[in-house]
Amino acid sequence: MVEKEMKFETALAKLEEIVDMLESGDIGLDESLKHYEDGMKLLKYCTAKLDEVEKKIEILVKDKSGKVTGSKPFKNDEEQDKLL
Amino acid sequence: MQTPRVLTVSEITKQIKGLIQQFDSVWIEGEISNFVPHSSGHMYFSLKDEKSVIRAVFFKNANQYLKFKLQDGLKVVVHGNIDLYEKSGQYQIIIDNMEPKGLGMLQLHFEQLKEQLRKEGLFDRERKRVLPVLPRKIGVVTSPTGAVIRDILNVLQRRFSNVHVVLNPVKVQGEGAAEEVAEAINYMSREGSFEVLIVGRGGGSLEDLWAFNEEIVARAIYASTIPVISAVGHEIDYTIADFVADVRAPTPSAAAELVIEKKTDFIEKLRAYEVRLKNDLTNKYQTYKEKLDWIRRSGLAMGLKRTLEIFKERVANAAKSPAFLRPKEKLSQLKQEVDESESKLGRAIKHLLENRRNEVKVLSGKVESLNPLKILDRGYSVTLKLPEKKIVKNALELKKNDEIELKFAKGTTNAIVK
Repeated sequence: MVEKEMKFETALAKLEEIVDMLESGDIGLDESLKHYEDGMKLLKYCTAKLDEVEKKIEILVKDKSGKVTGSKPFKNDEEQDKLL
Repeated sequence: MQTPRVLTVSEITKQIKGLIQQFDSVWIEGEISNFVPHSSGHMYFSLKDEKSVIRAVFFKNANQYLKFKLQDGLKVVVHGNIDLYEKSGQYQIIIDNMEPKGLGMLQLHFEQLKEQLRKEGLFDRERKRVLPVLPRKIGVVTSPTGAVIRDILNVLQRRFSNVHVVLNPVKVQGEGAAEEVAEAINYMSREGSFEVLIVGRGGGSLEDLWAFNEEIVARAIYASTIPVISAVGHEIDYTIADFVADVRAPTPSAAAELVIEKKTDFIEKLRAYEVRLKNDLTNKYQTYKEKLDWIRRSGLAMGLKRTLEIFKERVANAAKSPAFLRPKEKLSQLKQEVDESESKLGRAIKHLLENRRNEVKVLSGKVESLNPLKILDRGYSVTLKLPEKKIVKNALELKKNDEIELKFAKGTTNAIVK
């Protein structure tokens, strides 16, 4: 049900679908259980995705001709302005 | 008599040309008319005012830097040298520089470029892309100094603590700014790992914002493979970059808000789904539990035992399902109840049958004792008046010589009344 690189919004949409299906009431106990399991898996996936990205604020470094040569951490405060 | 000197046309023309060329270079102000663009790239037209007209030529090597398009009626200020074109006998100004007068050059350029790009479809709604819900890498193209990047980063970090943001620092005004901005957008788009871009700068005059009205920036935004949010100037400023962008933000902070939802909002949303999931499943169990209670209560239904068996099977299978928390306990509880109900039911049926049997026994005993023929066993007889065979209950019904039949426990006999 959950592919490795599923996008967050895709997982969220599938979760909405499952909850709607369970609430529509017309399915048996076995099917309900399967939907519940899938739903919980997607929920876990989405929650994990929120913490997936590591906090990182960077600025690109360019050479004299304007070509990007790399990146370095960017400090978001007055000090940065003074340095530049 | 002296014959007057006769000149050729060329000779007189040459003399006039010499005179004309003595003019210094001039600045002239006038209105364009008879404008005819040539495929060669040279421009030929007239400059006029209310009373006079002067021919003008604007050669390609001079006009290629022109930042706006020429058309009849446009009021311009031109610089150049006056000369005479012998072939036509016309004097003309050879223009080396031109600026629009009245409507500012910048404003004119803005209007013309906007119209051109709109016609090409760069502003079309259909082509604007949806922003990603949870962007893993956010790019920003703006000046590394100043309030814009600070505001963006502050708002981003407040909303979502763990974000990955990369700033591509650029000049945002002055010579070469448009080229730098365009190149930065191209780079971020090509790089491949960015999911969304914020492109912008702080407030300022039309000249200050000018880079974001340049064609090169507009085309870079259009060509970008990732969605672009424009955040240029103040809320009231609209640049061409704003029209081409996928989303326009009125301020840099607004751009940061558009880029990602608050983390707490995401968590809320997910929690709400969890509650709904668990409630839905609990409701399903309730439904099945009620069905079970009904079965219990309704007693001797046909095939009851079979229904119970099927249900028991399903509950047993459901209990084998792995990913459970509390629902598992509810299931085994349910399973137990089914078993109990089954045996209770069995006992109840048995009990009921026994009761019924006893009742029948007692009742048939009572019925038997009421049987009239049983009375005869005790010695009584039944008298029937002949020929009707009517039962006689009153002696006064009988007269002398009436024929009667007497019924005994065993056998019958006839008699005559005395």
